[in-house]
Amino acid sequence: MKADLISSLYVFMLAAFIGFEVIRRVSPLLHTPLMSLTNALDAIAVVGAIILAGEQKSQLSTILGTIAIVAATSNIVGGFIITDRMLKMFKASKAPKQ
Amino acid sequence: MTSLGGGEYVIEVLYIISAALFILSLKWLSSPATARRGVFAGEIGMALAIIGTLFYKGIVDYKWIAIGLVLGTIIGVPLGRVAMTAVPQRTALSHAFGALCVTLVGTAEYYQRTPSVPKFTMSVLSLEVILGALTFTGSLMAAGKLQEILPQRPITYKGQNFVNLAMLLVAIVIAVTLVRDPSRTALYPPMVLISLIFGVMLIIPIGGADMPTVISLLNSYAGLSAAAMGFVLESKLLIVAGALDGASGFILSVNMSKAMNRSFTNVLFGGFGQLQTTAAAQEARPVRSATAEEAAAILSAAGKVVIVPGYGMAVAQAQHKVRELYDALTKRGVDVTFGIHPVAGRMPGHMNVLLAEADIPYDKLLDMDQVNGDMPQTDVALVIGANDVTNPAARNDHSSPIYGMPIIDVDKAHTVMVIKRSMAPGFAGIDNLLYYLDNNLMLFGDAKAFVGNIVKELSGNSGGH
Repeated sequence: MKADLISSLYVFMLAAFIGFEVIRRVSPLLHTPLMSLTNALDAIAVVGAIILAGEQKSQLSTILGTIAIVAATSNIVGGFIITDRMLKMFKASKAPKQ
Repeated sequence: MTSLGGGEYVIEVLYIISAALFILSLKWLSSPATARRGVFAGEIGMALAIIGTLFYKGIVDYKWIAIGLVLGTIIGVPLGRVAMTAVPQRTALSHAFGALCVTLVGTAEYYQRTPSVPKFTMSVLSLEVILGALTFTGSLMAAGKLQEILPQRPITYKGQNFVNLAMLLVAIVIAVTLVRDPSRTALYPPMVLISLIFGVMLIIPIGGADMPTVISLLNSYAGLSAAAMGFVLESKLLIVAGALDGASGFILSVNMSKAMNRSFTNVLFGGFGQLQTTAAAQEARPVRSATAEEAAAILSAAGKVVIVPGYGMAVAQAQHKVRELYDALTKRGVDVTFGIHPVAGRMPGHMNVLLAEADIPYDKLLDMDQVNGDMPQTDVALVIGANDVTNPAARNDHSSPIYGMPIIDVDKAHTVMVIKRSMAPGFAGIDNLLYYLDNNLMLFGDAKAFVGNIVKELSGNSGGH
């Protein structure tokens, strides 16, 4: 348990550093898609909700888990769709020769 | 979860692959050329994680999971198909959904585990639920303001900051009490309730133009609460995703605050924007104005034009007319680029998305630093719906409330033209010194209509000049 906690903290620390380094390089051009994409990825919280709704340990956890699945899934589906729609619109200039 | 069975190992390996794909997804987003691949990587990672989780052996029934996934998809598809102009409120709404999920899972975990919750777990669970709940209502408020269901202007009252801080303090005190004795279940609902109210109160005093910072901050909170949930569930994948989202929101918040020369505390507690509006009644100073015909003549004679868009362009839905202007000028051999201030619009990158939707090539969309270096060699700077971010007072007037804020130096161009409805001050409630400069021309009118008229003039006499 203690060792698990420490390794979780390591994971958090490393992921935060990777996040900073990777996201710093994202062009300001794409900051809106960045936000909708990270939002979709964040909805990975759905895995916790799936286990709650599936384990059915109590009525409360089944209900809350199911609502949580709905909220997270709508972020996953909506987030990926809109990010892709936005990115599709970003086109470079045609080659100067035309 | 200490001894892993064979199936459990498979799930863990899938989670590790997902985490790697999430990082790659953000890495590929660094350039428009690879960005769509990034979305694909994210989708694969998400699918692997969800499929892996469905094989978790503790699951006894799939009915509610299936219902949740189907309902979520039904809600999610239209949310992915909203108009581009509605992207800021959609983003705020999705922060609310993410935070709702985290809050509900945290609540279920608390009632399942009480009374024996280890101190560390209870601490991160409280953090998860407090952040989740305040992000949920705060994001709903932000979405309401952006959708203009709620008033955009800041609502302030005496002692507001004191009330807010006191509420947060009470929530923290309850959390500490619960950490010491998790069996006191009666304390849990008040902690959530206070956090929910705190989220509302936090956004009430924030005005429309501060939304880029606030949306970024809420994004960061949503990420941190998900990471906290990862600690509660001992899920490394969730910790990674939450840390990535938190870092992203944090970087964007810092960018936005820097671009407004303000601190987080100032944005959250400053109540900017309603202070100086009374000072608008100063003496009338002479400004020069021009007609669409004159503006068209000046633009077509120029070699290099920089267009500076702001929220006003989005409000007037003028981006497609701007595209026509871009086409008309480019056809005449004029070099047209766009200078985009980091806080132009209602969320980070808002203007870029609107202009990309109008089919303007992204290599013509330059950020503030790129465009400022070229400003002295620019013949015409055309400001459409931007105000405070072009005010030279930010550079030279020490007494100005926006002094020190980085601006787009349109005043350094040979000629500046500003499309504006009237001389009314912008969000900061201060007069824009730009409008009284000798090289400035005011083009009074609606952004969409005026740009349309310029385009008409340009195409009407394409043989001239």
